[in-house]
Amino acid sequence: MKITEPQMFRVVVLVGIAMIPVVLLAVVVHPIAGAILFGLEVGTAIGYLIQRARSVEARDAEVAPVPDDGVHRLLVVANETVGGRALFAEIERRLQGEEKSELLVVCPPLAGSAAEHWSSDIDGYLPEARERLEASVAAMRAAGLNVTGRLGDHHDPNQAIEDALKVFPADEVVISTHTPERSRWLESGVIERARAELPQPVTHVVVDLEGEASGSSE
Amino acid sequence: MESASISAGQTTAVHEHHHGPPEAHQSSRIDRQTLGILLFIVSEIMLFGAFFASYFFIRVVANQGAWPPDPYELPVAVAGVNTIILVSSSFTIHWALEGAKKGNRRAMQMGLTATWLLGATFLFIQINEYLHIGFGAQDGAFGSIFYGLTGLHGAHVFVGLLLLTFANIRAYKGHFGTAAKDHLGVEVPGIYWHFVDVMWIIVFVTVYIL
Repeated sequence: MKITEPQMFRVVVLVGIAMIPVVLLAVVVHPIAGAILFGLEVGTAIGYLIQRARSVEARDAEVAPVPDDGVHRLLVVANETVGGRALFAEIERRLQGEEKSELLVVCPPLAGSAAEHWSSDIDGYLPEARERLEASVAAMRAAGLNVTGRLGDHHDPNQAIEDALKVFPADEVVISTHTPERSRWLESGVIERARAELPQPVTHVVVDLEGEASGSSE
Repeated sequence: MESASISAGQTTAVHEHHHGPPEAHQSSRIDRQTLGILLFIVSEIMLFGAFFASYFFIRVVANQGAWPPDPYELPVAVAGVNTIILVSSSFTIHWALEGAKKGNRRAMQMGLTATWLLGATFLFIQINEYLHIGFGAQDGAFGSIFYGLTGLHGAHVFVGLLLLTFANIRAYKGHFGTAAKDHLGVEVPGIYWHFVDVMWIIVFVTVYIL
């Protein structure tokens, strides 16, 4: 994202053109009519800016180069689904047959509401996320995996992935989410952005926690 | 990044492959220049927003009679001409930057000079308007908010003129090139100047027309 002079020049021209009907309405009809149109235009502009801010443009992520040292490195990104059986099975499948492997599990905690998200009020969610991560890492380690875990950027999962890849030169990335009906990451296009921005192959694993829980209770 | 590392039983190679975090005090998703100009524009919008909020409160909530209150009258025609002058200066600064990008030094110099002259004319007319308008900032809430809002904008024009003065001096001394990094001294004042123009269009329509 850049702010350039030509962009700002276009804004001047657009605002100038948008104000012509406002002035005409205010002068010819009534100032209130002009004020209403003015309000509508301001509302439209704010709506457009919010919409634009939500759709982040994809760009090439800055990641560490993958070394040719015979170690297969896997980056796993998951929050509430970090302990899911489907994710665990996918990790084992990916690392099967690899002589040397390393696994980094990144767990970006999620805020409970939009207000908490934007105000970075995630203190209440950090212990839960840390607990899930620790349990998951312990389980993986018990299965013989060479694994490290860390919490990630809560604000933007893609940023958490990029931050991790700066210090962990993974060969591939696995992102675990809830089912489409429940996943906020899927709604905000985390997978699509990761695939567009990262040089590594990205695998998406869907974990149905409720399904797994009911399956295990039967 | 919020981070809580859990050390593995075996030594992992995470630190061996550490190629270093992003530069200190710099986000890896947004460059410094963009972040700076964004923060500046957001802070300016909040500043003007506070004045507009006061204006609308005084006009809509606190004011009972006509607007502007009798016997005051705003010189709409003069302000309209001033608006045309200021909007024209956006075209001349854009012309100056296009000249800089294409290596047309003469166009860049003429564009910058024309922008400075148009900006100075705007400010001169505004000061002249203040001298003849017939009320002062001390004449009630209306006078205070009128001078507050237009004066705040005038102060921004003054700052813009200072930036343009430096850009003009540098342009005539042979500075600025066609590469993007070599004409930042024209582009950044240009972005600021356009912002000042947009704010004036909104101030003009709000205060003088609606």
